[in-house]
Amino acid sequence: MTPPNGAQALWQTLAAHGVGTVFGYPGGAIMPVYDALTLFPDIRHILARHEQGAIHAAEGWAKATGELGVCLATSGPGATNLVTGLADAMMDSVPLLAITGNVARHLMGTDAFQEADITGITLPITKHNYVVTDPNDLPRIVAEAIRIARSGRPGPVLVDIPKDVQLAAFTGEVHGPQAAPEAPAPDPHALEAAVALLKEARKPVLMVGGGAQGAAAEVTAFARAWRIPTITTLMGLGAFPASDPLWLGMPGMHGSVAANRAISEADVLVGIGLRFDDRVTGRVKDFAPQASIIHIDLDAAEISKIVRAHVPVRADAAQAARLLTERAEPLSHPDWTATLAEWRTRGEHPTHWGAAQAVRQVVARLRPQDVLSTDVGQHQMLAAQLARFEQPRRWLTSGGLGTMGFGFPAAIGAALAEPGVTSMVIAGDGGFQMTAQELATLTKYGVRNVKICVVNNSYLGMVRQWQELFHERRYSEVYLGDSNPDFLKLADAYGISGWRADNSADLEGAIDAWLAHDGSALLEVVVPNEHGVFPMVPAGAALSEMIETEPQAVQGSRA
Amino acid sequence: MTADHLAAPQDHLVSALVRDEPRVLTRITSLFGRRAYNIRSLSVGSTEQPGVSRMTFVVTGDRAIVEQAMKQLEKLHDVLHVVDHSLEKFVDRELVLVKVAITPESRVEVRQIAEDFRARIVDVGRRALTFEVTGDEGKVTAFIEQMRPFGILETMRTGRVALTRGSNADIPGHVYHGETRALGPLLTATAAED
Ligand SMILES: Cc1ncc(C[n+]2csc(CCOP(=O)(O)OP(=O)(O)O)c2C)c(N)n1
Repeated sequence: MTPPNGAQALWQTLAAHGVGTVFGYPGGAIMPVYDALTLFPDIRHILARHEQGAIHAAEGWAKATGELGVCLATSGPGATNLVTGLADAMMDSVPLLAITGNVARHLMGTDAFQEADITGITLPITKHNYVVTDPNDLPRIVAEAIRIARSGRPGPVLVDIPKDVQLAAFTGEVHGPQAAPEAPAPDPHALEAAVALLKEARKPVLMVGGGAQGAAAEVTAFARAWRIPTITTLMGLGAFPASDPLWLGMPGMHGSVAANRAISEADVLVGIGLRFDDRVTGRVKDFAPQASIIHIDLDAAEISKIVRAHVPVRADAAQAARLLTERAEPLSHPDWTATLAEWRTRGEHPTHWGAAQAVRQVVARLRPQDVLSTDVGQHQMLAAQLARFEQPRRWLTSGGLGTMGFGFPAAIGAALAEPGVTSMVIAGDGGFQMTAQELATLTKYGVRNVKICVVNNSYLGMVRQWQELFHERRYSEVYLGDSNPDFLKLADAYGISGWRADNSADLEGAIDAWLAHDGSALLEVVVPNEHGVFPMVPAGAALSEMIETEPQAVQGSRA
Repeated sequence: MTADHLAAPQDHLVSALVRDEPRVLTRITSLFGRRAYNIRSLSVGSTEQPGVSRMTFVVTGDRAIVEQAMKQLEKLHDVLHVVDHSLEKFVDRELVLVKVAITPESRVEVRQIAEDFRARIVDVGRRALTFEVTGDEGKVTAFIEQMRPFGILETMRTGRVALTRGSNADIPGHVYHGETRALGPLLTATAAED
């Protein structure tokens, strides 16, 4: 065996951290790492067809399992292709390690072939990043990078390794995982203040965000013990079971009538593991205007960043929920419950054929253990409104960045992490084409559990909806129908079977065949072009100004 | 936004202890830029502790903004500790070089004012004198104002630096110790094997 070099030390360190699967794409500046990979048969490398596919797959892996996702790319163009995924992982707090090759140390800064200052480029979209200048530092840096990615509020960390560092003799020692710093114990005074507020609450609401995905059991117990009506944000879907009578749906721009009205009327609002994104709050000054706000978050910088917290509680979601559950005094507020029950019947989706009906029929087939990932657009919001999640980490969506092209590769990552479940993806005809080349990845690795549903409305639907509502229907550059591929032929070209339906009855049969097919498969659902997603809070409006159902004028205008 | 957010912007003097590593300055200024915080002055220097630098900056904004800026700073891996000096009594100093135009008639008067301010002459030219003044922001500003009528050709201010008054350190010792270890080999101590 060749004497150990930096590249081998890298793999040894990853193995010592229990990393068994990495997603990547080779190139000149990362070749020593790929060469050393041949010495590590226990590590599975998944070759994507684009670095963006690799990193979204790593994100899907991480979002579904809560474990670190790892991806690999070469220098320059390989590294820059990771940028979107890094920004996505940063916004959605995904624990991710990205390893990039770079040109040799003596070439760095000379505009050498395929050189890019990737640490400079990714500075604002990574939790931290490193350039390794000494091979013997590799194990320490990688261990530290993994600790940073996973601890506190998780996020992406990039480690850039010059080619000559990968090749240099390694004489150091390989380290296992670094102990993660303990989460700060919540301030007892703050908890006391929270309990006091809750006891007095007449119209309480609990809002659960993506930061509570790892604390679903504790948060659910907390809501039930106090009997607090509960809202889950787009990122929090599944952190509280949808079947629970306390659940009010999702808040925000395409949230439920019940959730948005509850926020507007609440007297005490508990936010846990969320950051009050503008898509959630609507016009901030009118967000929860009557409520005293208790904000529980591990990231101190999120507390009072957008919405001023009356009771700030810096804490781990599970720990805070547990402590609050211990102090529970079940609330009784029959009027509030009755009002919420009435609101819950509002804003029901139309049952005529269209994207909403199609998404409803498709997501109805998910089992509680199955994963649903989406791309970005109307189908995403419909899926968020219509799917019913009972478990955490079953919903993978690009919330913070809104990244088209995310859904399909993320589903592949989840499918590889959990081959026993169905990893379903709902995508639009626009977004699917951004990473459709990853069909090859399904074929190459014989991935059998990815079920792709393309909702084809021949438009960049969500943009078309905004143009319809806010730009007097000037449909500028959003029509795809004249140039979309035949999606079934596209799938077939990669060896993936497909089905198509354009009405409710046929869809039912097509879904049966699609799901029964032994292997990954694609379902194209052709829907009318001009449907909108409602309810909707226009950008910049208050939650209380939501449009509950599709405006009649717009409905009537359809030819 | 609450009334807090609308409060008149003020200068806040903030110090941060940071790891002396590549890109630290970029990381911090990029954070300020990205979040639209305005830095009025920034000074950076090494500390008595190898591998640790200290920076002092003046952020303009209301309390909510400064608090948010500090919290964002604290999140950075390179940042070991942050203090807002306005919460306690502090001493601050700024060094400034001022090049003042002189004529045969004004020469004596300019020198006299400089003497009152304990400004040192660091360069003598036929038509200009360059002074070095050290003091808190008020003194430095007053000096510049006094010189303005004679004609200021150039100034260079270092930005403010500050320390808390008394024997208490701004930066708790454990931060140095904990993090000094972190900078050396002990940081790599692995979790207990199981
Ligand atoms: C990478 C990227 N580019 C552009 C956008 C802006 N955008 C948001 S939704 C949308 C339309 C999506 O269309 P499609 O994928 O067909 O889904 P639909 O809305 O029709 O369900 C676009 C272009 C985005 N979110 N991401």
